[in-house]
Amino acid sequence: MNWVNAVIQGVLLGGLYALFACGLSLMFGVMRIINLAHGDIAVLGAFLVWSLTVHTGIGPFWALVPALPIMLILGYVLHRTVLARSLRGGPLTPLLTTFGLAIVIQNALLQAYNPDVRSLGGAAGDIATGSWRITGQISLSYLGVLILATAVLVLGGLQLMLRRTAFGREMRATAQDADTATLVGVPASSVYARATAIAVATATLAGVFLGVRSIFDASSGPTQLIFAFEAVVIGGLGSLWGTLWGGMVLGVAQTIGATIDPQYSILAGHLVFLIVLASPHGRSLLGYRREGRPA
Amino acid sequence: MTDQWTVRRSGRATKISSVAMVAFGIALFAVPFGFRTDVVQQLTTLCTLLMMAVMWNVLAGYGGLVSVGQQAYIGFGAYATIFLTQHDVTAYLAVVLAALASGVLAVALAPLLLRLRGGQFAVGTWVVAEALALLVALDEDLGGGTGVSLRGLNTIAPDWRRAYTYWLTLGFTLLLLALVFLLLRRRSGAAIQAIRDDEEAAASLGVRIMPLKFMLFVLAGFGCGAAGALTLANTLFIQPQSIFGVQWSAYMLFMVLVGGIGTYEGPILGAILFFLLQDWFAQYGAWYLIGLGAVAIAFALFLPRGLWSLADDRLPFRLLPVGYTLRPAG
Repeated sequence: MNWVNAVIQGVLLGGLYALFACGLSLMFGVMRIINLAHGDIAVLGAFLVWSLTVHTGIGPFWALVPALPIMLILGYVLHRTVLARSLRGGPLTPLLTTFGLAIVIQNALLQAYNPDVRSLGGAAGDIATGSWRITGQISLSYLGVLILATAVLVLGGLQLMLRRTAFGREMRATAQDADTATLVGVPASSVYARATAIAVATATLAGVFLGVRSIFDASSGPTQLIFAFEAVVIGGLGSLWGTLWGGMVLGVAQTIGATIDPQYSILAGHLVFLIVLASPHGRSLLGYRREGRPA
Repeated sequence: MTDQWTVRRSGRATKISSVAMVAFGIALFAVPFGFRTDVVQQLTTLCTLLMMAVMWNVLAGYGGLVSVGQQAYIGFGAYATIFLTQHDVTAYLAVVLAALASGVLAVALAPLLLRLRGGQFAVGTWVVAEALALLVALDEDLGGGTGVSLRGLNTIAPDWRRAYTYWLTLGFTLLLLALVFLLLRRRSGAAIQAIRDDEEAAASLGVRIMPLKFMLFVLAGFGCGAAGALTLANTLFIQPQSIFGVQWSAYMLFMVLVGGIGTYEGPILGAILFFLLQDWFAQYGAWYLIGLGAVAIAFALFLPRGLWSLADDRLPFRLLPVGYTLRPAG
């Protein structure tokens, strides 16, 4: 039963990773860049929500109501000021720029707050602690189910948006060929800016869930970036639903590793990731993105 | 038309400056005889930073491979030194062997990582570094997560120990600089610089990209391993979190971007600048790192060829004969 429980908890944990990963996947799909500051942006969002809950006394989920628009605007501005310029500088420049940005955000958070570990769990109330008891050893926490449901909703919503709406069509066109899209009147830079805004908002959502579920501090970002990236690669680049499966595989690997020995938890996730990279299947997954299939 | 132009690799000024630089590099060996030991130790630190910058530049500047995981080799080099000294190898010999072992590690990882491109390579290398750090922390013989000291050097008098470490570090630094120089100077240099400018165009002209990238990757693994092992020999104590920390990549990024990515002289300039900045501003903690990140972003966006380009564009000659100059014949 221990193992069944590990798998179930892993699947729930995978929802969180998928939520972290979808912004990364979206930005990669549309702009072909990997935002190395993604994890730190998520932690920035968590800190914003933490500040709102402390200063106004509202719960973290209510604090998302003002926080998400703020982060959307921040993402838009981030693209307009920094990323748009770095995209013109060649394939390496966005990597260098976002890595620099990651250092800046991480240390700014360290300066503005302090190195203390925080949690949003207390402010979230019952939902952070309650659970459904299935059998003696297996229980489903409310929060885990909520996170997974949110991840499915966000990924499904993004998928619908990409397939069914005019903006989604613009995004797919820009992803396939930005220059040609511009020729037929789709402003690539505006599409990019909006995609970045959405990615930053989903990262915020993920950061807040991380904060409610466990703990975070100013230096949590890089770890979350790595998990998100692993989920994207395991699931197959360029596929949003793949990201969900990838997140779940990573989550299950970590919980099974933790069942053997808590020290093996993260290592097991890394190993699964490296195995996927090493396998011929992994290669085809990685080659897949060259087809230019949108997110 | 062809006989109206000649391609030259160096002029008299370049030859004089090259000889001067080599002489300066050799003269640096005399430093422990004329300066206090803290100066020697500081110079050792500068040399390890310089090695890292040059190696990162080899990867990112010439190979187009932005790595966020070179700390894997820095940490591996340091811990391999610990492992070897625990098995009764002399400390300084262990440093050399650890650097070679890091090169072997790079050979083993190359098939896995070199198939990745761009951001995937960046994060892929990072995952490898994290996995290595976790593995090392699991091993109690290597001190686990709390860190470990290098033994075997405490029998040597401190002044001599610092001098030996400095000589070895300077030797490695000059060796790596010479290797990179040879890579650029020989036939591979034109190919490497073509890859730097446009990988696909280079491939379409018949440049075999993978063997060259493999060479650069292994060289960078060897160099970073040496830098890590020498960092340990300089500080005598390491912890997995700090020696495998991603801050090394941040430092390398800063040094190379500010100095001038894809140039031979740029990383050297960047390393010296970074070393001075660290000396002056490190006490400001987080603010210092915010500044480093912001300056790196500014350079990536507004001066992508770095500070060295400012000097290079104005100098009438090159300091070292690593490029090609087109001159009218006669």
